[in-house]
Amino acid sequence: MTATLSKKTVGAQPMSIKALFTAFFTTKAKAIILPSVGIVCFLLFWSLAASSIDTSLGKFPGPSAVATQISNLIDEHNTEREKETAFYIRQEQRNQARMAKDPSYEPKTRAYTGKETFLDQIITSLLTVLSGFLLAAIIAIPLGIAIGLSKNLNMAINPIIQIFKPVSPLAWLPLVTMVVSAVYVSPEPLFAKSFINSLITVTLCSIWPMVINTSFGVASMNQDWVNVSKVLSLPKLVHIQKIVIPASIPAIFTGMRMSLGVAWMVLIAAEMLAQNPGLGKFVWDEFQNGSSQSLSRIMTAVIVIGLIGFMLDRTMLQLQKKLSWDKSSAQR
Amino acid sequence: MSIILDISKVDMVFPTPKGDFTALKGVDLQIKKGEFISLIGHSGCGKSTVLNIVACLHKATKGGVLLNNKEVTEPGPERAVVFQNHSLLPWLSCYENIELAVKRVFKNEMTPAQMTQWIEHNLNLVHMDHAKDKRPDEISGGMKQRIGIARALAMKPKVLLMDEPFGALDALTRAHMQDSLMEIQQKLNNTVIMITHDVDEAVLLSDRIVMMTNGPAATIGEILDVNLPHPRDRLALAEDPEYNRLRSEVLTFLYEKQRKVEAIATPTKKQKQSDVA
Repeated sequence: MTATLSKKTVGAQPMSIKALFTAFFTTKAKAIILPSVGIVCFLLFWSLAASSIDTSLGKFPGPSAVATQISNLIDEHNTEREKETAFYIRQEQRNQARMAKDPSYEPKTRAYTGKETFLDQIITSLLTVLSGFLLAAIIAIPLGIAIGLSKNLNMAINPIIQIFKPVSPLAWLPLVTMVVSAVYVSPEPLFAKSFINSLITVTLCSIWPMVINTSFGVASMNQDWVNVSKVLSLPKLVHIQKIVIPASIPAIFTGMRMSLGVAWMVLIAAEMLAQNPGLGKFVWDEFQNGSSQSLSRIMTAVIVIGLIGFMLDRTMLQLQKKLSWDKSSAQR
Repeated sequence: MSIILDISKVDMVFPTPKGDFTALKGVDLQIKKGEFISLIGHSGCGKSTVLNIVACLHKATKGGVLLNNKEVTEPGPERAVVFQNHSLLPWLSCYENIELAVKRVFKNEMTPAQMTQWIEHNLNLVHMDHAKDKRPDEISGGMKQRIGIARALAMKPKVLLMDEPFGALDALTRAHMQDSLMEIQQKLNNTVIMITHDVDEAVLLSDRIVMMTNGPAATIGEILDVNLPHPRDRLALAEDPEYNRLRSEVLTFLYEKQRKVEAIATPTKKQKQSDVA
């Protein structure tokens, strides 16, 4: 009897392992395991390839070099912040000392002019891309709705859109720079000129996908919904508010996601070319610097740029899931 | 009873690249208040065009439509439409879909509380009060069409236009919906024009069946009075000789007098190409 029992357990054991295996590979586990496998493979390939590429600035940076740089860059940021606080404390002390000597002295506060760290550049770039994108959305969505509603307006504006859509940001940049420095003259500017330059360049390039998608969404609206609106004889504005905008929300979001991706790509290029503060400038500065660490710092920036772009897209996706009635259009 | 709707000598010509296409020619029909009219005919004969002209979603090339002796030129809620594929707004709940209509039509006549009551009354009428907060994509096809009907009824239309309202439903649901519609009609006694493909549906629901000839230049072929007493019961009528006589009249019209001749042979390659072009 014991023999049969043991036989059974032996027979059952491989089955249970197999069951465990399939249970492990449920869709949920797959969602974690498969991307991890992909990332590990990529890291392996990267470090192998990196070790076999020699440049005038040393070996191509591999994953470990990037990891080191990440901690370096954070350290640099912290030291810079400490320097800054120290500077303000010193300034305050100096001012108080002079005021004690001479009560009529008016204390002057000067801003700290230290180098912007990697983290500062990230924040600058993020602020610029979001403001440029927002400005583009404010122009593009109403324009897209107008074009989508009127075939005549579409025929009039479409050639212009098609011509400006493929223009690279780098071509716009000199013009934008010259126009901004000629037009944006104020003794105490609210924003730095470089910020305005980057912002307008981003806006000019990211406006088109939103205009095109919004107008497409509006123009291809289900005719039945238009008929419902007609039967209810909704006034034009109510029609736009109650029917047109909700109906085209999925298309508007598709356009917004494309635009935000474009905006982020354009911004980095514009910052590099114009030396406007931001991640692009960081990359360019490191390239010009040409130290043994430069390449690994640039590689770090590349990865951070990618991660931020990914994060921006996910944020839009979450927003779309929250705001759009059509959940199926917010899958990927 | 007085004539409420007068479709007067309507012609409809669509311009096409190959020249004008006359869809309707001399469609003339007078409808009394409280009458239930079915428009029946083969597909493509222009039934929907007639309905769209009454709703003013299309403009007749010649002739026109008089509602209470006044010509109609714009679409309006007094000629509410129940569309074939329900056309509920998917971003609004069932309640909100009806609310949009009620708010528009009665904004000066009802207080908010009265509106709420009126919307709920109409949801009750179509037995959909249990699903008022559901979105259209969360309910079945028959339920969607009930909400579509409730929305149209909530506008208190002078004429209710129904464009194959049950065409997209399965046979059982359709029978159920027809019973519901008869029950509602018994209560409200609306003036209704309904397009249908279904002979039984036409005989069961209508006071008059308007049979249309085949296009192009389609027009009204025959009009059949249905004098069966209300309320009607589909099971009892199945044995009724008058019901069967009416049914065979419609069938004779559709399949003998206006037989639709369609090419059964598969199109040759050449024809296919010209079709694509």
